Amino acid sequence: MSLDKPYKDVPGTTIFDAEMSRLGYHLNQFCMSLMKAENRARFKANERAYLDEWPMSEEQKQAVLARDLNRCIELGGNIYFLAKIGATDGKSFQQMAGSMTGMSEEEYRNMMVSGGRSVEGNRYIGEKK
Amino acid sequence: MAHISASVYTSHVPAVGAAIDLGKTAEPYWQPLFEGYEFSKRWLKEQKPDVIFLVYNDHANAFSLDIIPTFAIGTAPEFTPADEGWGPRPVPNVIGHPKLAAHIAQSVIQDDFDLTIVNKMDIDHGLTVPLSLMCGQPQAWPCPIIPFAVNVVQYPAPSGRRCYLLGKAIRKAIESYDEPLNVEIWGTGGMSHQLQGPRAGLINREWDNAFLDRLIADPEGLSAMPHIDYVREAGSEGIELVMWLIARGAMDDVNGGKPLTVRHRFYHVPASNTAVGHLILENN
Repeated sequence: MSLDKPYKDVPGTTIFDAEMSRLGYHLNQFCMSLMKAENRARFKANERAYLDEWPMSEEQKQAVLARDLNRCIELGGNIYFLAKIGATDGKSFQQMAGSMTGMSEEEYRNMMVSGGRSVEGNRYIGEKK
Repeated sequence: MAHISASVYTSHVPAVGAAIDLGKTAEPYWQPLFEGYEFSKRWLKEQKPDVIFLVYNDHANAFSLDIIPTFAIGTAPEFTPADEGWGPRPVPNVIGHPKLAAHIAQSVIQDDFDLTIVNKMDIDHGLTVPLSLMCGQPQAWPCPIIPFAVNVVQYPAPSGRRCYLLGKAIRKAIESYDEPLNVEIWGTGGMSHQLQGPRAGLINREWDNAFLDRLIADPEGLSAMPHIDYVREAGSEGIELVMWLIARGAMDDVNGGKPLTVRHRFYHVPASNTAVGHLILENN
């Protein structure tokens, strides 16, 4: 019997379950390494060389280099781990979250100040607003 | 014997910590949020708890993907703020209460909740931001704190039901501790927010306020809410709210005691990506 995964039909959302965690193990552990100041400095000095120290897939490395957080998540990254990359870049959590929405930083910030993204039309994939 | 006098519920948004640390609390963006905690700061000073049992989640700081405990109790004498990538927050170390923590661990495990016992770990904004909101910027936190970390990073988090029943077991453990300690239990995280993907920025004010209503009046019914409802209605990170049910399950009124008093209720949107909710419930 397969596991029930009712969260697969939530739009614009990837739930970090055991399957994603397995896929993203090395990507996320690379992110953890950025909790040390010396590792952040080494990563910034030569990103590609630092990434090559980790048994990550080429797709994962490219997604990190491009700072494409949606792609990182698709490849098993989890936002709390990926946040360490943003921290290394001096980005806030709001800048990181906004970068995944297709909105500009200012648009995203304004949306939040105006009460955030509405849940209406955002509960199910394909749902009509 | 030790007893639980009150429970406190609050969001633990990292940007709130940064606003405090960088002296931005009076800025127009932040001022309405911090105003919501002015009463709470005075209240905590008057309450003078001996110990705070603080339920929070680690955000990939103490626990990487190497070890993912569902429930972890901090039994160390002292805990240091983690470097989450921006450098450690400039806040005091957290002094633990190893004796009470060990007592709770033993009692709760014998009550069928298989806790992970952690004698060494750093604590992150999930724990320090609630302290900052409730205490401001003191030289030292007002009392010893027992950190209690819940996994909400890798799905599935424990169910609301499991959390609620765990709160009851924690209460039983605290009440069997042979020292007259005034203990508060705090549940943190939430409210609605989503930090990932094209749906990032989701806020559900109506759902959040219904959650607050039910947490006060019908926690048992609320505890039956399935994970998918949190995800769909409150965003993928809104699932942190299951942790509030641990604190709620420890209160007198749901354990054969007197009705509680709602001392304070506050709700504000936004703090960065997140809806901030806050409650203080007192036993009588």
